[in-house]
Amino acid sequence: MDAHELSIQQAHELLLSRKISSEELTGAYLARIQQLDAQINSYVTVSEELAKKQARDADQRLKRGEGITPLTGIPYSAKDSLSTRSVRTTCSSKILENYKPFYDCTAIQKLNSAGTVLLGKTNMDEFGMGSSTENSGFFTTRNPWDFDHVPGGSSGGSAAAVAAGLGLFSLGEDTGGSVRMPASFCGVTGLKTTYGRVSRYGLIPLVSSFDTIGPMARSVYDVALVLEAIAGHDPKDSTSRVEPIQQYSRALKKTENLRGLRIGIPREYFVEGLDPEVDSSLRTAIQQIESLGAEIVEVSLPHTQYAIPVYYLILFAEASSNLAKYDGVRYGLSERDVNSVLDLYLKTRESGFGAETKRRIMLGTFALSAGYYDAYYLKAQKVRTLIRQDFQKAFETCDALITPVAPTTAFKIGEKITNPLDMYLSDVHVVAVNLAGIPALSVPCGISKGLPIGMQVMGPHLSEETLLRIGHMYQRQTHWHTKHPPVWGDSP
Amino acid sequence: MKYEPVLGLEVHAELLTRSKMFCGCEVVDSIAAKPNRYICPVCTGQPGALPVLNQKAVELAVRVGLALGCEIHTESIFARKNYFYPDLPKGYQISQYDQPLATNGTIQIETEAGIKDVRIRRVHLEEDTGKLSHADSHSFIDYNRSGVPLLEIVTEPDLRSPEEVKSYATRLHAILRYLDVNSGDMEKGVIRFEANVSVREEGSQHFNTRTEIKNLNSFRALTQGTEYEIKRQTEIYRTGGTVEQETLGFNEATGKTYSQRGKESAHDYRYFPEPDLPPLVVEKSWIDSIRASLPELPEAKTRRFVEQYELKAQEARLLTSEKALADYFESVVENSKSSPRAVSSWIAGEFMRNINDLNLDVTNIPVPAEDLAKVIDMVTDKTISGNSGKFVLAELFRNGGKPEEIVKEKNLAQVSDEGFIQEIITKILNENPREVEQYLAGKETILQWLMGQVARATKGKADPTIAHELLIQHLSKLKQ
Repeated sequence: MDAHELSIQQAHELLLSRKISSEELTGAYLARIQQLDAQINSYVTVSEELAKKQARDADQRLKRGEGITPLTGIPYSAKDSLSTRSVRTTCSSKILENYKPFYDCTAIQKLNSAGTVLLGKTNMDEFGMGSSTENSGFFTTRNPWDFDHVPGGSSGGSAAAVAAGLGLFSLGEDTGGSVRMPASFCGVTGLKTTYGRVSRYGLIPLVSSFDTIGPMARSVYDVALVLEAIAGHDPKDSTSRVEPIQQYSRALKKTENLRGLRIGIPREYFVEGLDPEVDSSLRTAIQQIESLGAEIVEVSLPHTQYAIPVYYLILFAEASSNLAKYDGVRYGLSERDVNSVLDLYLKTRESGFGAETKRRIMLGTFALSAGYYDAYYLKAQKVRTLIRQDFQKAFETCDALITPVAPTTAFKIGEKITNPLDMYLSDVHVVAVNLAGIPALSVPCGISKGLPIGMQVMGPHLSEETLLRIGHMYQRQTHWHTKHPPVWGDSP
Repeated sequence: MKYEPVLGLEVHAELLTRSKMFCGCEVVDSIAAKPNRYICPVCTGQPGALPVLNQKAVELAVRVGLALGCEIHTESIFARKNYFYPDLPKGYQISQYDQPLATNGTIQIETEAGIKDVRIRRVHLEEDTGKLSHADSHSFIDYNRSGVPLLEIVTEPDLRSPEEVKSYATRLHAILRYLDVNSGDMEKGVIRFEANVSVREEGSQHFNTRTEIKNLNSFRALTQGTEYEIKRQTEIYRTGGTVEQETLGFNEATGKTYSQRGKESAHDYRYFPEPDLPPLVVEKSWIDSIRASLPELPEAKTRRFVEQYELKAQEARLLTSEKALADYFESVVENSKSSPRAVSSWIAGEFMRNINDLNLDVTNIPVPAEDLAKVIDMVTDKTISGNSGKFVLAELFRNGGKPEEIVKEKNLAQVSDEGFIQEIITKILNENPREVEQYLAGKETILQWLMGQVARATKGKADPTIAHELLIQHLSKLKQ
């Protein structure tokens, strides 16, 4: 078995029994990135030196038998919006092209102390603004299943890297589907965590009220292992949840069936515009879940149609403020041929930000302006409450909800980039989850014309364990998560 | 036609916390400290850094709110105030907007016009910015001050003259010092004023267009700036013009205000709730315990001084203007045999003269309370004359030392100094045993002779009454 074919658990066992060293494992992944990523473009930065050093440190740990965790020596990647000390962190924006943070974000810090190996940072839509990685300030990542198609976004680099075997897992970030959508498009498993379950400290924000860090891997079990390592309360993040974390992987091992769970199917998610093959894959998957013992009921989330406008309004507003700090004064791009402070701001932001980012900053600035606040931002927040209440109501009778992740499989590169509204609408099934702050899992559930289809399992706040159990049982019964893109077999 | 000014004040006061508002960085003297040494990802606005609220800052803000008689809101909201400036690292300031921590308070002020309640509209928490400096076509930014907790205290437009403005500012300054929430050190910019000024026809209830004067950083600037602006606006109305709504700066050198921004370029701060901080919840029980720990405030102290020490209101108000001064007064009273009124008049008079002459601060009084008590007592019991007392106090202020020693050294003791006379009497009686014996044997005239000896020994300064009394006392002891 080649190194890239291992699951985290398999790699862990080989490392424990010293059949392979982390240095060898890491070397194999670095070589594979070297060989394949020129076509896929999933990495913005490969942190080769750091990876080799962390691998040697992990081997020391394994040799001493001290402080070993299931992730010790495991090579992974992280979305380029997670701050990594001394490793370039760009958010795929020219404005941060040469920015090296002087601190690690909490999630990375936790992985560091677990002994993981950072291979590099993955491509994304600039600051998370997009659904295809086409808005990256550097290059577009290709879907490993079909290079003419997008990997989804904004964590497209992470999804593509995991799908192509360029890392055992990746840390993605989900503001409005940015973990689930690319996971679905690339046929990997991704978890959007409960808002506040994983610390946001050091995560470069897009929408502070929605941003969540979540694991992406090749199975639910692997996702559970990563979640255990990164979740938990962080005093540096005032919005982080104080509830203790569960031992997710242990819970999965004990799960035998889904008896006693009631799962809702929101009718508003199965309507016009849904690709028939996506629809039929989902219906088959729901039947399989029913056969595992779960009770399936139809439910309604009546305010679903407002999720897109509400989500984008709040996004524009918060993003316009979150992006104000990139002014050329302290870090990042700084245009120096200027004659005033205003000139510095204008020239730096003019050349540093991409078109979509500028569009959203302008829309957000407008929406927050005096005289418009009540009509836009405030109204959006009120409707957000209604959407949240939809979910609360559904979860009074259901343990989880199942929907498609996206209405279609991965679209073609260039297909939607000229029509922002069309691009925004591809998020129709994912953004409500962020408005409600609830967790949702994306698992592969089919393939249509050579491209993966994803199933979304949503649950109430802090229901990660239930979602992982549902996904895990489903993956024990099905093989979709073991399907690989054509590029999989290519070895260095 | 007569015009009257309508003024409101916004005061920014740094809170005396050990660490900054949203991070663990130490709060340092921003003038003395080396630039950019007390900074971190949070207070320099590094991407991804998040604010964590300083509980101590909230406690101090609640103290102020309670002291001003405000309603403290158990839930308040932090908001982002968005604008671009190089001293503002995040591109927004975390402040409070439509749901501040405290609202609806009052401060009582007194001027020639009488006593008046000034309504406080709101008290809220926010973070300070960094500091810019300019030299040789370069600008420098020091982020040591970035994120230092600030309290903003805003009045209703209740003030009607620069005197009232000054009285309000002084009163607030005293209250902040009393509460130990602010160092009061105006020269270091720990309290900064902004005044809203408009002028209208006397008797009108209408508010005319107002201007806002920023950066009034001393009581003097506050008085001068508002005086100038009132005159300027009055003159405009007198000549039939209209006042433009604008933001003004104040030039201390010229004493004039100048336009910084007109209405059309006024900032739209695009406030919205800060998503990185949950609503600020202040438990009622915590508010109650802070209320219970509030010190006695100037007004209450003034009332107590009038009752307890039988002072005049005006005297009491002077003494309570600064907590340090009030404490000093009480300490002198405690150490002194003289009446509190005597102590009060010494402090109001000679003591303050020295403080002012030497440009001292009452928080740092070089003369210990027991020494001032001693000086006052020596004057009261006529050990020294009033003039000598003033001289001794001036000496204490300038060169230190002990009052008794100064009196001795400079030979200031009046003959009424019993100890001094006592000493001389003992010496004379010891040196003239024969005369003493004669006196004891019944020769009364010797007493006159002995009095003569005392007078000679004290170079004629002996107070005959005291000397006589002491001599008799001594001789009668020898009789037994």
